[in-house]
Amino acid sequence: MKHALSVRIGPVGFRIGSDWRAPIEQLTDLYRDYPTAPIADYTVRLFASRAWRRWVRPSVTIGGDYMLPEAAPLPLSQGLLAAEMAMNLQLALGHRRHLLLHASVVERDGRALLMTGESGAGKSTLATLLAAHGWRFMGDEFALLDGETGQIHAFPRLISLKGTSVAAATSAWPDGRFGPLLAGTPKGDIRHLVPPVDAIARMDEPAIPALLLFPRHGFAADTREVPASEAFVRLTQASTNYVALGEAGFAALTGLVRAIPARAIDYPDGATAIRQVEELWART
Amino acid sequence: MRYRAPGADALIATDLDHFTALFHRTSGITHLLASPAPEILATLTTPMTLDELMAALVRDYALADPDRAALSARLDELIASGLVSPA
Repeated sequence: MKHALSVRIGPVGFRIGSDWRAPIEQLTDLYRDYPTAPIADYTVRLFASRAWRRWVRPSVTIGGDYMLPEAAPLPLSQGLLAAEMAMNLQLALGHRRHLLLHASVVERDGRALLMTGESGAGKSTLATLLAAHGWRFMGDEFALLDGETGQIHAFPRLISLKGTSVAAATSAWPDGRFGPLLAGTPKGDIRHLVPPVDAIARMDEPAIPALLLFPRHGFAADTREVPASEAFVRLTQASTNYVALGEAGFAALTGLVRAIPARAIDYPDGATAIRQVEELWART
Repeated sequence: MRYRAPGADALIATDLDHFTALFHRTSGITHLLASPAPEILATLTTPMTLDELMAALVRDYALADPDRAALSARLDELIASGLVSPA
């Protein structure tokens, strides 16, 4: 491909190629603090669906080792989003070294707090807020659970902020490095935030899972104990490769839910959520 | 009719509070079972008729109120889930 970038995010190496210069320039700038990947585990390609589409109403088709045939092309102005979506897709469909949990992760004292939930539950926002309050950010999309060691590996890719969380993150991180505002994408308005410097510098340090939260935004503050069986079922649904890993996935996931407490927390706003999380954390 | 369960080496069971998580190696399917399903699978070490299974469960688990129709219904559910097969 004409333009390319190599980047390593935690234990995963990516090579991103593009027919156009602009998305690679944006990615190169946003990932400038990350190491290059000695080996690309996954290749992502951004290409024009027809040759003339490189210039006329350019639209970006996503390609790579793993693809969704029904994925619609995006306009070139959203090339950065296309690259990020494609990188997530490669990992979600191709990764076998770890059990992938759709969760955000922050760390303190070598112990990891996992937050999982449906899109919009606020796990990205919460991870961003906690990172602004002394926690190490380990990722807002995937928690990588090592079945051999039981440790969580960091995958601190760009933080994808949607809708109102853009304003929340901007106030939490006034000096944060943000990508361009991508308005009117299929996922609404999106802006990417580069994780804090220490999140990138320490991304090779795994952490021992200590607490699992199922946050829900927009409700009165409440906390409920989640039994291991319920946490297990919800996490099988929150994993993109549980079925593919077979017995190894079963062992890793049952081991996790038996080892750490799980709580569902409802929270009305970020400040309240941080208080709830700190209280729960103090008791673990 | 006799009922047959997979051998012990085909199943991995882990207790999770009131449930048992079960991985069936042959199918690669994960099941979440409530009592008495795990006890039925543990008892069916050899193919058994309904009455033989009932007697074994009464003996091993001290069932206070054995219910033949309920056990038959549970076996039908296990057959539907692929964990028990008619022998």
